[in-house]
Amino acid sequence: MSMAKQRRVAIVGTGSYLPERVLTNADLEKIVDTTDEWIRTRTGILERRLARGDEVTSDMAAAAASRALESAGIAPTEVDLILVATITPDMPFPSTACYVQDKIGATNAFCMDVSAACSGFIYAMESARAHILAGGVKTALVIGAEKLSSVMDWEDRATCVLFGDGAGAVVLRESTDGRGILSSFMGSDGSLSHLLNLPGGGSRYPASEQTLKDRLHCIKMTGNEVFKHAVRCMCDAGNRALDRCGLTEDDVRWIVPHQANLRIIQAIASRLGGSIERFIVNLDKVGNVSGASIPLALDEAVRDGRVKPGDKVLLVAFGGGFTWGAMLVEM
Amino acid sequence: MAIEDKVKEIIVEQLGVNADQVKPEASFIEDLGADSLDTVELVMAFEEEFGAEIPDEDAEKLTTVGAVIEYLKGKGLSA
Repeated sequence: MSMAKQRRVAIVGTGSYLPERVLTNADLEKIVDTTDEWIRTRTGILERRLARGDEVTSDMAAAAASRALESAGIAPTEVDLILVATITPDMPFPSTACYVQDKIGATNAFCMDVSAACSGFIYAMESARAHILAGGVKTALVIGAEKLSSVMDWEDRATCVLFGDGAGAVVLRESTDGRGILSSFMGSDGSLSHLLNLPGGGSRYPASEQTLKDRLHCIKMTGNEVFKHAVRCMCDAGNRALDRCGLTEDDVRWIVPHQANLRIIQAIASRLGGSIERFIVNLDKVGNVSGASIPLALDEAVRDGRVKPGDKVLLVAFGGGFTWGAMLVEM
Repeated sequence: MAIEDKVKEIIVEQLGVNADQVKPEASFIEDLGADSLDTVELVMAFEEEFGAEIPDEDAEKLTTVGAVIEYLKGKGLSA
């Protein structure tokens, strides 16, 4: 008697895009009262990329998406669903995903954005997986894309040194060989929303002279509290995702964490009992790119050959909301 | 183990300092070379070791070794 094979959803292509302009820590020293040494030791970030003024989130998302489709050998017209995880959409509406659809010619897709801040990409993966397993969607394009330079407070040295622009994407399809997403765990805690947010421009604080003066259209963060929750939630989510499929830390080849801060990644590494060598880290070159962070790091590691077919990769994220999650993927 | 010894042990491990530097009057930032994120990680380690929750507004006042020991004793905690 054979067991029914478990249906899984696999990553069949990856792609990413970084804007050309590099902003180094030395450049930042000229903008705000900070130093390269402070930024390096507190965050691990050496430089980040900035989009051009006329380059918007959907442009970067479309570039990453096209590369992901190309690596999968799938035509844009075969895409049934486009999800874009972003906190910096082109506009409040329509969704950035609709702009991406138009730019890449994915005329048969339905399109929407996912709002879960830095956890957005994992949340969007989880949503796309459910759509595929439910049967209505065959091919999904999941994108994380951000133009965080458009919402940074360039007078707040505690936050403006952290963020960058860019996009990453994956193509998902039902697996034919048992590989794919093995398990996941997602969590949220809305009671802590005040610790990390972008208050202005919504129905709470519609844009006004006052909101501009109060700098409410920029990212606000209570760093210490975020650090604490980020470390604990990402470790917990990672362990729960592993528990759910009966695997342990030792079965995991690579961990791709949200790239917020090297100190957070080091703290996770020491708690999960693993070596930092097993973590894919690219924040030194790109900073924190929120929803784009994980797919950017993953695509880089796939293209340079670190992540190979068959590797078990653990994605872990944490962001405003609070939101957090982990997903174990056999590549 | 006395609460003082456990606190000392955690500080030595987290900050990579010598045990004889960890005097009650020693300031984490001024004397023991910690930065603001080290102090957050220290607080996390105290919370986990002693099973206590240390709110941010309390944590801000725990700038010296002695302050931590007094605070934890004041909460009726033991190692």
